[in-house]
Amino acid sequence: MFDFLEGYNVLEAFWTTVQLTVLSAVGSLIWGTLLAGMRVSPVPLMRGFGTAYVNIVRNIPLTVIIVFTSLGLADIFGVTLGSRDFDVQGFRLAVLGLIAYTAAFVCEAIRSGINTVPLGQAEAARAIGLSFSQTLRLIILPQAFRSVIGPLANVLIALTKNTTVAAAIGVAEAALLMKEMIENEAQVLLIAAVFAFGFVVLTLPTGLFFGWLSKRLAVKR
Amino acid sequence: MSSVLYDTPGPRAKQRNVLFSVVFFALLAVLVWFVWKTMDDEGQLEWALWKPFTEEQAWTTYLLPGLSNTLKAAALAMVIALPLGAVFGIARLSDHRWVRGPAATVVEFFRAIPVLLLMLFANEFYDRWTNVTSEQRPFYAVVTGLVLYNASVLAEVVRAGILALPKGQSEAAKAIGLRKGQTMTSILLPQAVTVMLPAIVSQLVVIVKDTALGGVMLQFPELLSERATLAANYANVIPSFIVVAAIFIVVNFILTSFASWLEGRLRRSKRSTGAVLGAEDVEELNAAEVGGTYGTGAGGTI
Amino acid sequence: MKLRKVSAAAAAALVLSITATACGGGDGDNEGSGGGDKIKIGIKFDQPGLGLKEPDGSFSGFDVDVATYVAKELGYNADQIEWVETKSADRENALARGDVKFIAATYSITDERKQKVDFAGPYLLAHQDLLVKADSDITEATDLNGKNLCSVTGSTSAQNVKKDFAPKANLKQVGGYSECIAGLQSGAVDALTTDDSILAGFAAQEQYKGKFKLAGLKLSNENYGIGVKKGDTETVNKINAALEKMVQDKAWDKAVTDNFGPANYKNEPAPKIGNVVS
Repeated sequence: MFDFLEGYNVLEAFWTTVQLTVLSAVGSLIWGTLLAGMRVSPVPLMRGFGTAYVNIVRNIPLTVIIVFTSLGLADIFGVTLGSRDFDVQGFRLAVLGLIAYTAAFVCEAIRSGINTVPLGQAEAARAIGLSFSQTLRLIILPQAFRSVIGPLANVLIALTKNTTVAAAIGVAEAALLMKEMIENEAQVLLIAAVFAFGFVVLTLPTGLFFGWLSKRLAVKR
Repeated sequence: MSSVLYDTPGPRAKQRNVLFSVVFFALLAVLVWFVWKTMDDEGQLEWALWKPFTEEQAWTTYLLPGLSNTLKAAALAMVIALPLGAVFGIARLSDHRWVRGPAATVVEFFRAIPVLLLMLFANEFYDRWTNVTSEQRPFYAVVTGLVLYNASVLAEVVRAGILALPKGQSEAAKAIGLRKGQTMTSILLPQAVTVMLPAIVSQLVVIVKDTALGGVMLQFPELLSERATLAANYANVIPSFIVVAAIFIVVNFILTSFASWLEGRLRRSKRSTGAVLGAEDVEELNAAEVGGTYGTGAGGTI
Repeated sequence: MKLRKVSAAAAAALVLSITATACGGGDGDNEGSGGGDKIKIGIKFDQPGLGLKEPDGSFSGFDVDVATYVAKELGYNADQIEWVETKSADRENALARGDVKFIAATYSITDERKQKVDFAGPYLLAHQDLLVKADSDITEATDLNGKNLCSVTGSTSAQNVKKDFAPKANLKQVGGYSECIAGLQSGAVDALTTDDSILAGFAAQEQYKGKFKLAGLKLSNENYGIGVKKGDTETVNKINAALEKMVQDKAWDKAVTDNFGPANYKNEPAPKIGNVVS
């Protein structure tokens, strides 16, 4: 029944999926935090930029963003990300696109996390003379992060599934292999079922682990 | 809220802010100029590539039918997914294990599978077990895939919203003799929905964007796949992507604006009927969960 | 009070949507094909020269012309044809489900596909080839090593190049051929590979005339067949007869000149029915 799997390295494809996920997750966490910082910063122009960025990026389908990194950034603007090899370049561009997109959601999650920190914390920080960036880095963000682990886990799960869009620019991850297999084997449903199972295996433990983590790290108040 | 994080700027801070703004603005301006110039050098700003979008046929043959399909599928999916999500969200909070367990399984399962695959399976289901016509089937499959996934996410949103309400709400309901069902439908759910509106709206935006998955493997002629046909005719790949992205931004902007107008109305009306949660309490108490659902808002595969 | 209205509205929406779904399930007549005056034919919508949806809503291309001719022989006029888009990944399923009567959409006859569908034809012998800039010096497949090559994600052509012809070619994969051509034009890639028939269709487009040329390599044999539901031998025979007639009364030649002429495409002579060149 599963002889159509022969000759295809499904595990390797899913490994690429995992790599895409991990790199994009780290990148979007950093960029998303910076964006959140901008959105609550004292400089009006930065606040404006943060708001505009989030509202524009969140409203565009991810496919469009990923395709833009390849056709726009690479082809037109010559952003090669240090590699002329399209396999490597495509992978890096996909990570870049996923970061740009996911960061908007990370930013919103963190911003609402900032809102959970009691006012007294920020007021006390200011009272002892901390600057804005010190208040944010030392007092607010550490507490905010702990309260948004659950939401961030949801973003991570969505990101895992979103990596399938990287197939649009030829990154050899799970969805691309699925497309190739369907083209060659004419076995759509079985193939799709195998890949659906693969994603359940990837995302379910993630959800459970972070659920446990968020309970453990929750700020007791 | 954000103003709590920093002091009201004094003269020196004001100066510094102006300096930051100027530097930031200069950087942005350089970036915009660079983008414009490179596009120009590469010939992407040539009028021939953009001219089709000023003609009627590009819109009547490709873009408008595509947009209409996108909107129809998204609207129907929203109308079904919202109540379904509420039902599952409540079911997960049930006192009975045999209700809670299955609801949790369903929600976790459909959240874990990429929407594209859900659509693929739905398409096959409609073909084998129903007599939906082949013209209608892609539409049904797309809507079903969107509903299954987004209802699961919305279930989590609603659950978080209900959990975030102050205990006093359900206690008071019990005290005046409401049954469990009544407490849920007339006390908890309406408040939860109002509180979670921003998160729900993010999810609606995801639904609109995810219709684009219908064009990938099923033959659903939505906006993004109509773009491919358009670009094959006019040979204007980059401009067509820019135009379609702009259409999506406008549609979703209208959606979010409508939602925030609605949110304002609901908040106001609540105050007049003896409000339960002030706006500030809401932020204090629920931001974590609200945030959670902002997070889930990222759930789209595209 | 307002809140109750909200929940009432939600409940109404739920009922409405359930009934809507139920109704939708009930009123279909599941006649995917055959019955009635209409015939549904699967084609591509986004390939100039083969199957293209024109801005005025009409359809053009070699596949479209062949399908129209075949439909006429089956007893359907042009205005009785309903064109359905069948993307590569969905072709076998569309036939198995009976969504379309037959498919003429750059559909190469292969052994794997023959297990799932029946083929009439072939009606065109195409070859995997390269499209390059008019002044390019790429003449052989091995020239591609170290060069930038573009193809559509997951396609057989892309897989062929990686495996056989030029393993060291730098392969860029994108979502559609239009995207590849954009890259070819901007110089981001040096060549685009897929079936020569598809390439010829793009090269013949108004906007690209004189800018690109076909390298003229025959990297593979692609026997375009007309896909029919598995087991429907009657239709296969009818279509085969129609295709033979089309070649005989020169309508086939005319379709080739009409659609590929401007690209200077050296097509193979009309293939004999049942003669699949491997």
